Amino acid sequence: MSRTVLEVQGVTKRFGGLVAVRDMRFDVTEHEVMGIIGPNGSGKSTMINMISGLFPPSEGSIRLKGAELAGLPAHKTARKGVGRTFQLVRLLPELSVVENVVAGAVFGHRRRWGKSAEGHAKQLLERVGLGASKGLPISSLTYIDTKRVELARALAGDPEVLLLDEWLAGLNPTELSTGIDLVRSLRDEGRTIILVEHVMDAIRSLCDRCVVMSSGAKIAEGTPAEVLSDPEVIRAYLGEDEDA
Amino acid sequence: MSAQEIGKVIPWALALVVAAFVPLMASPYWLSMATTMAMFVVLATSWALFSGPTHYISLATAAFFGVGTFVTGLGFQTLPFWMLPLIAAALGGILAALVGMVTLRLSGVYFVIFTLGLAELVRQVVTWVQNQTGQRGMYVLTSITEKDIYWMLLGLAALVYLAGWLIGRSKLGFALRIIGNDETVARHVGIDTAMAKVALFTIPGMAAAAVGAILAPRYIYIEPSTAFAPLLSFQVVIMALLGGTGRLWGPLAGVIPFTLLWEFITRQAPNQTLLLLGIVFLLIVYVLPGGFVGLWGRIRRRLHQGGGA
Repeated sequence: MSRTVLEVQGVTKRFGGLVAVRDMRFDVTEHEVMGIIGPNGSGKSTMINMISGLFPPSEGSIRLKGAELAGLPAHKTARKGVGRTFQLVRLLPELSVVENVVAGAVFGHRRRWGKSAEGHAKQLLERVGLGASKGLPISSLTYIDTKRVELARALAGDPEVLLLDEWLAGLNPTELSTGIDLVRSLRDEGRTIILVEHVMDAIRSLCDRCVVMSSGAKIAEGTPAEVLSDPEVIRAYLGEDEDA
Repeated sequence: MSAQEIGKVIPWALALVVAAFVPLMASPYWLSMATTMAMFVVLATSWALFSGPTHYISLATAAFFGVGTFVTGLGFQTLPFWMLPLIAAALGGILAALVGMVTLRLSGVYFVIFTLGLAELVRQVVTWVQNQTGQRGMYVLTSITEKDIYWMLLGLAALVYLAGWLIGRSKLGFALRIIGNDETVARHVGIDTAMAKVALFTIPGMAAAAVGAILAPRYIYIEPSTAFAPLLSFQVVIMALLGGTGRLWGPLAGVIPFTLLWEFITRQAPNQTLLLLGIVFLLIVYVLPGGFVGLWGRIRRRLHQGGGA
């Protein structure tokens, strides 16, 4: 029934002598929310950046519905169906809110242009709860709203897989529950999502499965309840605040 | 085209018609000024089409311009004159695409230095070839008059504006605005940023080479040191920045006052032109960031707020 959307096999990334990611392997199936968790510096963001094509893996293969992504530049992975947000929000400050979202719809996986792209963008802004801010300049947005715009931009190309790199980080408690509800609603509409996250509440309530990384390698995989009770995972987090 | 767009096009069309009548009324002195302005309008507007949205400062104008003048210098005796700007534009476009493919992966200051060096490189190559063949400069003696030159430049300016308007409405134009804001985002939404920049960089290359080809008869005698003079590249940058690169009309608003000012400076203080040029450049950067386009935006916002309050 459930098809594999993304296959990561034997992926290693070396920066000079430093091995940031070592022999990672995991699958993501359709309509699944997969969490990548682990202590700081464990290689989560590096893993995400290789999937989105920001840089190529040193070894290994990353397949999206059978097509090889490893080594492709970012614009090609985007066209094949990888959408992402950034750990530090990246918006286009000289463009309007709507144009920021249109940017994601014009060149990516499923393409729209003109009225159709604009309509699509406005619909997505409603979808992420920003319907009222369409005309505002980017500089006047609150922090969570900048994250919403970025999410809408990532959704605008109708990606096969959506990468959220600490999308919930830095939100206050009220915003956090709004944010979790929003990501959950995306899951409910059948999106396939990879989530890099530190917020444990979010991981428990959102992820169908998790892989846990430590020092660049996978140390556990399973449901959030399973991995968070795994002794090795607890050891990896020891000395760190588990709810950080 | 919507009614609103037609309303915007009409003043431009009228301005073009008025400009076309200048040679019939102006004195030779003012015709010469108008020709210089038309030349810089083409150069600065096409320069801003690329450098405005991408924020890459190109100093390659002189390289393309020089190639254009040499196309005319070598071809005016054997080919009909109308073909020369076309050949020059094709060569300028190819040169720009090659340079773009090599350099547009470089960012910021490296790109500036490379483009500055390019004009010098091409000049040295041409000089070397001339030395090998025993030539010095060339005489370009044609029946082309100043009026003809002016009209050709005006037609070229109209083409550049048309290209700018079409690009502004196109996906390429939108892609370049995204690249100018954040290149990483541009790549991640699916834009082939290298291709987009190379494609757009060919436009100032073609325009500057065509201008060089058209203007060659005005110089009568051309040699590498004048055809590839780096000053031209700097003048174009200053005029475009004075006017502002955010709008298509921006460079025009910089070219007209700057050409008049330059004329005044070269007459009153022929030995201090470069010094005064430098001071003017500093003033523009400090007093008029965003050029006249930016100033116009601030005035409009203030009027808007005043009226709304």
